[in-house]
Amino acid sequence: MSKAAAIDIASVSKVYGATTAVHAVSLKIPAGSYCCLLGPSGCGKTSTLRMIAGHESISSGDIRLGNTVVTDLPPARRGTAMMFQSYALFPHLDVLDNVAFSLKMKGVSREQRHKRALDLLALVQMEDYAGRRPAQLSGGQQQRVALARALITDPEALLLDEPLSALDPFLKIRMRAELKKLQTSLGITFVHVTHSQEEAMALADMIVVMNDGRIEQAASPRTVFERPATAFVARFMGDHNVISGRVVGQTDDGSLSVQVGNGGTFTATGGNFRPGEEVDIAIRTDRVRIVESPDPDLGFKGTVGNVEYRGSSVRLSVDAAGIEDFSAIIDDAAYFTNPLSVGDAVPLAWKAEDAIVLGRLAS
Amino acid sequence: MTATAQDGATITASGRRRSPARAALDLVTGLSAHLQAVPLAVILGAFLLAPVMMIAVVSFWDYDFARLYPDLVLTNYAETLGSRVTWRTYFNTLRYAAIVWALTLFIGFWVAYFLAFHVRTTTMQMVLFLVCTVPFLTSNIIRMISWIPVLGRNGLVNTALIDAGLIPAPIEWLLYSDFAVVLAMVHLYTLFMVTPIFNTLMRIDRSLIEAARDAGANGRQVLWNVILPLAKPGMAIGTIFVVTLVMADFITVQVMSGGQSASVALMMRNQMSLLQYPAAAANAVVLLVLVLVMVAGILRIVDIRKEL
Repeated sequence: MSKAAAIDIASVSKVYGATTAVHAVSLKIPAGSYCCLLGPSGCGKTSTLRMIAGHESISSGDIRLGNTVVTDLPPARRGTAMMFQSYALFPHLDVLDNVAFSLKMKGVSREQRHKRALDLLALVQMEDYAGRRPAQLSGGQQQRVALARALITDPEALLLDEPLSALDPFLKIRMRAELKKLQTSLGITFVHVTHSQEEAMALADMIVVMNDGRIEQAASPRTVFERPATAFVARFMGDHNVISGRVVGQTDDGSLSVQVGNGGTFTATGGNFRPGEEVDIAIRTDRVRIVESPDPDLGFKGTVGNVEYRGSSVRLSVDAAGIEDFSAIIDDAAYFTNPLSVGDAVPLAWKAEDAIVLGRLAS
Repeated sequence: MTATAQDGATITASGRRRSPARAALDLVTGLSAHLQAVPLAVILGAFLLAPVMMIAVVSFWDYDFARLYPDLVLTNYAETLGSRVTWRTYFNTLRYAAIVWALTLFIGFWVAYFLAFHVRTTTMQMVLFLVCTVPFLTSNIIRMISWIPVLGRNGLVNTALIDAGLIPAPIEWLLYSDFAVVLAMVHLYTLFMVTPIFNTLMRIDRSLIEAARDAGANGRQVLWNVILPLAKPGMAIGTIFVVTLVMADFITVQVMSGGQSASVALMMRNQMSLLQYPAAAANAVVLLVLVLVMVAGILRIVDIRKEL
């Protein structure tokens, strides 16, 4: 339908008065990819998206779309289209006129723009609702209309601001599958802002984790999940226990020996730190097992603080000296052969490759 | 669809038996709902419905120079509707209403637009809005009369123009003219237009304007395609205020036209001062019907329910 464009963000900042929402962010989003900007509220992800769209002025830096510098262009001349969080459908226009709105602004004749709008409505399977007002549609239907309205301009990149946050959980999962399908068939670049790591993992070719106006990590979902770059990413993506300590030594194979506050030490792989430096290590919650560890640096003994049944698995929360709320996700079959209760002493162990050293952002 | 069973309990259409206790409870809840509606019904009945009914009844009475005779005659209506003076007066009043409506709508919309979209902080919006209401701290009459020293023969405007050498003699039509009446009415009633329009504009989701800009609309297109259609309910409410106020006005017309122009309400007042109450009542009924028809017309065109 239209050609995709790469988005190149070069040390872009956004300053509101005395507060800086986005700190000199640089990011290259490849053409035709599905990119998710992920982070907690107030992390600058929406500001970044709005700067790409042109609804927010750029305090410093440049944004390129394809080969064009769009930094100072108005939204409609950037080749981007935005889908707003609340969909922002015009309540006084019917579905057909909502979708045809941008063509009307361009002065396209009524007949032609309605024909094109019907094509777009067919693309999102909403042609039967052309005569309805937005208030007569459900959330999912409104979202499809908003999608059709954004796509009618033939954008090179579609920018979506928390598109699924207003939907109920079941619809959310269905709509995200449709979004992904649409992106694949259109082949254009999608930039999707979300605070749900599950949503980002399900959709993205590239996840950009943001915190406090900075990018913590930009990589494929698998890399972000398996090798989180920082303690923030590991905590935000979930499924990791993050333990902070001090480097006390380095073994021959390059793994670090890290001492936690109370004196216990753990071994973790990766990372380049000197002895004495503060360091965070991450241990996958689903790789922890309830066994006595052969290597004392790859496990510890603690007491069960909480047991949560989750269906296919059980989540144990274990406390030990210097370690609080250490999570272990145990397979339900394995757990119920030897069930535990709160207050029980329990040994935990993991493999050497499941404990990794996390980096720190240069600030 | 209910049949009474032998023990006296009621059986509903669904076949379920309703115990007498349950039926009594339903009666009590039904009664309490009616009781809750009583205060408002009493107030509206006593202060709105009864007076209007009274006027309608009196409009059919007969009268002479000294007293009223309860009767059922149509002469009051025949005289009112049959006189050329009445038609001219109605036409004149409608003309005032149309001119004042157009001017207050234009001024009101732009004031509200400025307040809603160009004033950035909410505090400043409220401050400026309160400034708009400051004239209302004085009475209508005082605000009207204060125009006299401004517009009069030797008033501020004429003196200034003569002193500046722009005109050789005072402009006569500034005061005691249709111009003065319209000016005073616009001054008095613009706020009734500003308030509802400001209210609707403030409720427009700002992301709609961004969505329009994203779709390539320029400032004028956003105004015409998004803001104006969404401001219609506020404009309709303001229109109802202004039109009903102008249609019922007599003091502004009397003071500002110096008695040279007439309005329907002024005509009624004159009839009352001549003790022709039934004639005034018939006139009032005609005016009421006319205004109700106008309001109904406005409500047909614009759906204001969302604003209420």
